[in-house]
Amino acid sequence: MNFNIEQIRADFPILQRKIYNRELVYFDNGASTQKPRQVIDAIRKYYESDNCNIHRGVHHLSVVATEAYEETRKLVRDFIHAQNTSEIIFTKGATESLNLVASSFGKKYVGAGDEVITTIMEHHSNFVPWQMMCAERGATLRIAGINGRGELDLAEIEGMMNEKTRIVAIAHVSNVLGTINPVKEIIAMAHRHGIPVLLDGAQGVSHLPVDVQDLDCDFYCFSGHKMYAPMGTGVLYGKEKYLEEMPPYQLGGEMIRDVFVDHTTFNELPYKFEAGTPNVEGVAGLHAAIVYLNGIGMANIAHYEDQLVEYATGKLSELQGIRIYGTASHKASLVSFLIGNIHPYDAGMIIDKMGIAVRTGHHCAMPLMDFLKIPGTVRASFAFYNTKGEIDQLITAIRKVQEMFG
Amino acid sequence: MTIPEIESQIINEFAMFDDWIDKYNYLIDLGKSLPEVDEQYKTDQYLISGCQSKVWLQAYMKEGKVCFNGESDAIITKGIVNLLIRVLSNQTAEDIIQAKLEFIDQIGLKEHLSPTRSNGLGSMIRQMKLYATVFKMKGA
Repeated sequence: MNFNIEQIRADFPILQRKIYNRELVYFDNGASTQKPRQVIDAIRKYYESDNCNIHRGVHHLSVVATEAYEETRKLVRDFIHAQNTSEIIFTKGATESLNLVASSFGKKYVGAGDEVITTIMEHHSNFVPWQMMCAERGATLRIAGINGRGELDLAEIEGMMNEKTRIVAIAHVSNVLGTINPVKEIIAMAHRHGIPVLLDGAQGVSHLPVDVQDLDCDFYCFSGHKMYAPMGTGVLYGKEKYLEEMPPYQLGGEMIRDVFVDHTTFNELPYKFEAGTPNVEGVAGLHAAIVYLNGIGMANIAHYEDQLVEYATGKLSELQGIRIYGTASHKASLVSFLIGNIHPYDAGMIIDKMGIAVRTGHHCAMPLMDFLKIPGTVRASFAFYNTKGEIDQLITAIRKVQEMFG
Repeated sequence: MTIPEIESQIINEFAMFDDWIDKYNYLIDLGKSLPEVDEQYKTDQYLISGCQSKVWLQAYMKEGKVCFNGESDAIITKGIVNLLIRVLSNQTAEDIIQAKLEFIDQIGLKEHLSPTRSNGLGSMIRQMKLYATVFKMKGA
């Protein structure tokens, strides 16, 4: 199908707005993505004609709303090529999905003396929950390192796996380095040792086609707002055999079967993990976002974004004094860099004044920054509505930064 | 000079700038000209950490007035630290506590105090006032 960048950009209303009288160049997609009109309209339509609580009523609106919600569950299942809808849990984002697994899996499977493997490149949301769970349960968190290109060492990770290892939790794609981790190999390795693997897919699912059966991951977590859907939506995919055994995470309405004064029984999957009224309008937006992405095709998106990253990396490498962090042979669409010895905050302020939104700082990856011995980076993270022309503007802005701080 | 007088002076200086480039160049110059803080004060004890740029603050009494030294690892932040010290240093504890610091908004740099905590400046101003309060209680 034709990848028509002009048409795509026209679909995203916010790209028409001006920042400081300049056209917005939005390179902060790793933090959150913009929404196409189709997603915005889905939310409006939901409240204008379909709003109702779900799973609760017999009246017409309730049936319609529930059906739409469950249709989205099927759509998500197909989007990530899962087997069953019972394996698709709606959460409010990747952070909640990750906390859910750390807490619930931890309670069921992790005890004193056990180990959990993660990496130095993780976002805090896939690091702190494991760190705290291990501390609470008397387990040890093992942390795999990276090489100079920002890549994991498979031999090191396998070396960490032993009979005490209960789970491996790693990023599918690094939000700082852009590294696409060799997750299929790591999962195969872990499974040979009988160890399940969780993938933090927050930066993966919007940039790559994801097939959880092909990857054979045991858990996959992602946020809606990083894939062109509303904030407050997210997914936890988990293999049934684990989700069945894991205790509920939040308790209350919806996730129960029967409540008596002295005990409660819990609902079946996936509802066991969906307590309370969900973000129904958000899920309506998520539905529209997935339909939109399917319309373009994730493979086409990945291919276009590869070109953007390659172009940006090439242009940055032509500049004097730029240090790029994350030069793995397989990268997704972002570039982290520093401009000489200029503090990333200083660089970001000037780049901002030129109408370009990049992110600066530690990007919720303080252990990684400590490891790299830097205060933070400037990160330009791309989406399929960005262009090479916008990257040229970033290069101009970086030259301005060098001039002003020279 | 009183705090309001210094603030007026700064507002007049910034009024000369036509565009953001001139303003930020001036701020960068101010940052570069801020005297370095003695190494002994660049420790966690004096650190007011923001999310991205760090700010160190040292306070002391001199002839009945509260004085400050400060530094940051980011130059633009140092420029604003320079302005804050110019306004608040060598003033009475009471004047510091009462200072409204409206000049920051007037010169168009309010974003640097935003609650996103992207720098330590908001915390620094609170810390400067806290020091002033403590010195006042001790009989400044």
